Amino acid sequence: MAQAAAVAKPPAPPRRSRARRRVSATPRRLPYLLIAPAALLMLGFIAYPVISVFYYSLQHYNPTKPWRNGFAGFDNFVHAFTEDPLFWDTLVFSAKWVLVEVSLQLLFGLALALIVNQTFVGRAVGRAMVFSPWAVSGVLTSAIWVLLYNSQTGITRYLADMGIGEYGTSWLSDTSTVFSAAVVADLWRGVPFFAILILADLQSVSKDLYEAAEVDGASRVRQFLHITLPHLKDAIILSTLLRAVWEFNNVDLLYTLTGGGPAGETTTLPLYIANTSVDAHNFGYASALTTVAFVILLFCSMVYLRLSKFGGESK
Amino acid sequence: MITKDAEKAAPVRLAPAVEEPAQRPRKFRRAWDEIPRWQIYLPLSIYLVFTLVPFYWILLFALRKPGSTSLVPWPITFEHFEKVWNERSFGTYFQNSVLVGVATLVMTTLVALAGGYALARFDFKIKNAFMLALLCSQFVPGALLLVPLFQIFAELQMINSLGSVILAETVFQLPLSIILISNFIKNVPYSLEEAAWVDGCNRFTAFRVVVLPLLRPGLIAVGSFAFVHSWNHFLFALMFLSNQDKQTIPVGLNTLLSADSVDLGALAAGGIIAAVPVVIVFAFIQKWLITGFSAGAVKG
Repeated sequence: MAQAAAVAKPPAPPRRSRARRRVSATPRRLPYLLIAPAALLMLGFIAYPVISVFYYSLQHYNPTKPWRNGFAGFDNFVHAFTEDPLFWDTLVFSAKWVLVEVSLQLLFGLALALIVNQTFVGRAVGRAMVFSPWAVSGVLTSAIWVLLYNSQTGITRYLADMGIGEYGTSWLSDTSTVFSAAVVADLWRGVPFFAILILADLQSVSKDLYEAAEVDGASRVRQFLHITLPHLKDAIILSTLLRAVWEFNNVDLLYTLTGGGPAGETTTLPLYIANTSVDAHNFGYASALTTVAFVILLFCSMVYLRLSKFGGESK
Repeated sequence: MITKDAEKAAPVRLAPAVEEPAQRPRKFRRAWDEIPRWQIYLPLSIYLVFTLVPFYWILLFALRKPGSTSLVPWPITFEHFEKVWNERSFGTYFQNSVLVGVATLVMTTLVALAGGYALARFDFKIKNAFMLALLCSQFVPGALLLVPLFQIFAELQMINSLGSVILAETVFQLPLSIILISNFIKNVPYSLEEAAWVDGCNRFTAFRVVVLPLLRPGLIAVGSFAFVHSWNHFLFALMFLSNQDKQTIPVGLNTLLSADSVDLGALAAGGIIAAVPVVIVFAFIQKWLITGFSAGAVKG
């Protein structure tokens, strides 16, 4: 709490200006004082770590093997691209995971938002229930789905009771089902994110447009394609991009649900990096992989924004 | 408020002539008024089954006797909760999580208010650079910075103190919060503040008396985000806190999950303990959330 008090200070300086009577004149230093706490925190705990990652990516650095530590040039990068099949496997899996998750979440989220944007009896309750998994953490999601998927008392047991599937099926430890199982678990929590954002944007579609379309005899499908969708375009582009970055970076769910297994089947690049640095203590190599991940993310985001013509003519 | 109005207006949201809604010609009815009810309720029900069954499942496991395979949690037992709370120290974890969540909320909101106000109301030299830094930091994954962050906190002697987790959570929560809050402040007319200055308020008082009350939906959205996020997030706590009496709820859950033979009843009870505060916050903020978002985030 002492921290909070210290950080809260900066808004105070304007008080001095009371002495000067002319409050409306902007003290030149005020904006800088106001952003100082945020800027300092971000410099210290985001910018500095990022720079140190770049630095370590050019070093051999492994606290458990100090005799090898030292400047490495591009050795780490060369090793990743030429000698480490795991790097490619995890990169491909990351791409697959992000694509599948984001497109399915967008699809269901859009449909859900359109539905709960209608007027119907029980809408408030319906919205609350539909959105509820949004606030559930990755670890809790894992806990819930481990309960559902476990082979003895999970959902498969009751399905088997009804004659569907076999007893003792464990979707999480079978390499052929683990991907779908993890995708469904993450969908459960991810769809409400899109639904909430899209619903918020739906509130601002001008009603006149629909009325005009109605008078012109446009069908509901055409109204959706020509009014709703263009209006939502920027929101959709931005939320898919943010979500893709988030899905790429977030390791909570896979770390706790599958641990990247079975047999490395569900290891994303960030998960592999975390394992390399935390378990194998190979900080230098992990930093190089992190740098590669940064560059890939940045590049893909630029390409995506360019291709989707974000912020351009929306009609 | 916007949502309320929209809801009220919805049934009569028709052609410009609103005076006599009852006698509107039928062909001017809004298209969605004619959507058959089943086209709403059927997909919604299917989706609700998908959403609610997992919740039911965890309640079932938490409340039924160990070894039971009944699909109804009856007779209800609380032994899993007692076990998790006392033997698995979820009581301690809970306290720590509340502390981290509240401190993150307070710090994030205060720092973001200051930064957001500067962005909304002033033109200054490094404004664009600062905005760019905020946007770029969205791409920086906290998970990939674990090692350098660990080194920094080790340097600061903050490993094993909740302060490290609070700081890290706040920092990664800040960029989005600042952008959101500055958008909220932009929506408050500057002239209101100026009027208060004329009445003799200084800038700070004017902000506190005039602007702050109008920011309520936005602050609730941002603050609850910060709380829920830090309550849920577990990597920082997992890395920076090694003493068991310092750990937070998600770390406790992870310990239960990664045990060799998972105690499902305990896991379910622990999960519900983890969910309760979030559910309360969520129920409280739900009506502000859509409003907050449409005012801040999407408008850009």
